[in-house]
Amino acid sequence: MKAGSKLEQALVEGRFAVTSEIGPPKSVDAEVVRRKARLLRDHALAANITDNPTGVVRMASIACGLMALQEGMEPIVQVTCRDRNRMAIQSDLLGAAAMGIKNVLCLTGDHPSLGNHPQSKPVFDLDSLQLTQMVRNMRDEKQFQNGEELNPEPRLFVGAVENPFGHPLQFRSVRLAKKVNAGADFIQTQLIFNIKRFREWMQEVRDRGIHERVYILAGVGPIRSAGAARFMRDRVPGMDVPEEVVQRMAGVERNEARKEGIKICVETIQELREMEGIAGIHIMALEWEEAVGEIVETAGLKPLPMRLAASVSPER
Amino acid sequence: MIVGEQKPLDEIRDQISPFKKVLILGCGTCVTVCFAGGEKEVGVMASTLRMAGAVSGQEKEFLEATVKRQCEWEFLDQVAEQIASVDAVLSLGCGIGVQAIAERFPKVRVYPGLNTSFLGMPVEQGVWSARCAACGDCVLGRFAGVCPIVRCSKSLLNGPCGGSHDGVCEISPDIPCGWQLIYDRLEVLGLLDTLEEIVPPKDWSAGMGRGGRSIVREDLKI
Ligand code: SF4
Ligand code: SF4
Repeated sequence: MKAGSKLEQALVEGRFAVTSEIGPPKSVDAEVVRRKARLLRDHALAANITDNPTGVVRMASIACGLMALQEGMEPIVQVTCRDRNRMAIQSDLLGAAAMGIKNVLCLTGDHPSLGNHPQSKPVFDLDSLQLTQMVRNMRDEKQFQNGEELNPEPRLFVGAVENPFGHPLQFRSVRLAKKVNAGADFIQTQLIFNIKRFREWMQEVRDRGIHERVYILAGVGPIRSAGAARFMRDRVPGMDVPEEVVQRMAGVERNEARKEGIKICVETIQELREMEGIAGIHIMALEWEEAVGEIVETAGLKPLPMRLAASVSPER
Repeated sequence: MIVGEQKPLDEIRDQISPFKKVLILGCGTCVTVCFAGGEKEVGVMASTLRMAGAVSGQEKEFLEATVKRQCEWEFLDQVAEQIASVDAVLSLGCGIGVQAIAERFPKVRVYPGLNTSFLGMPVEQGVWSARCAACGDCVLGRFAGVCPIVRCSKSLLNGPCGGSHDGVCEISPDIPCGWQLIYDRLEVLGLLDTLEEIVPPKDWSAGMGRGGRSIVREDLKI
């Protein structure tokens, strides 16, 4: 075991893993994180804690990760290259690991011009590949990025992401291979609505044998309404929402839309489960955490491996 | 070349409002070519300011001059007398020109009339585009002659981010994705396999973020 997280354990043992996501609050309201952690902890093995997603300032992902941990939900702390340079990231990761965080997810990060402080200076000292490699080397080579010795080292299970729908399409499996070579232990993908394209990508991934070297968790999420489907299709960079999906959402009564969204999500999970090389599912409910339990149960993803001992949080 | 554009007129007037006699100083090199601060623009700026002054009833005098290159002291020396005769200089040169004036004439008040935007080139009539950030450690050789530092909004070195779509960058449909450009060129050159290598973190210390950088060539010193 590299880090000994529950997530790593499940994947190593070949159990089909479910992860989910917690979006931190835009304030100091810790209860937001705690509530989401309690909602998700019986349905997912671990939860991503997003790092200022879409470039909007929110509570720090490491702090939220610790709160989730106290609630018995194992965190996957997201780290983007947008706001911190290699020094700040390393120092934060030392702190995170020392406090008991065992999973990180390395991302490029959305550009600040899309967020709520568009005038800020974008950092991007590293890119996501270099970040992945740096974290792997901190753990396996016991080295800081500059080559200095790091002892004792942070034991972190290293994740990265890939978007099979980004362009140029032909480069997407190459980029995945690069991330695995850089040291990714697991991969979470972008939300999948275009199954056909995802199949093509997975075929390339298998042709390259990458699925045997990394655990791939396929990203899914429930759509809430036809409007949300259109918004994702037209406005969210890197999303591929095919017309059929928009039509399906538009074709049901308003009050049935959420049900339909969950149904599409469950069907997608069932298709993904059958694909060779998929080690688990990553459910992004985007402020609709209540849906995750239903999705997991309807898709037959239970039982999950045991929850973390909640004993870390005596006062609750 | 250095590409700049004129500041909004209100900002320019604001900067020079305390002064009665102002020299508007153009530059005959980069900013002439990008139609922002050459002889012609100096003329237009002077008449605009004169008119604005007349309308508001202020008594102002504007002198005009343009040197070959504001970023070299020997050219500035040619207008030393005019500079000495005014209360302030409004430079239509790039930021380097403004600083060259400040260094050469320590007692002169000098104000920028342009925003120096980037190092770039004209790509069509009336359109200029950034090409270099003077990072001090050029990696163009690796990326088929397309600069990832400037042309990718996130200066990525290991391929496009997940937001690249239909050749444009995630931040705006008007900005080409630098990585799509790199990819296309590598493809034409039959070099796509070079993208599989992991490019290590860049040494940013060669460029931005260090004040007072200079190059010393002993062989050229006298
Ligand atoms: S790599 Fe650096 S020096 Fe070369 S073009 Fe880009 S910014 Fe300029
Ligand atoms: S879309 Fe292209 S240019 Fe924009 S940040 Fe991503 S890789 Fe760079």
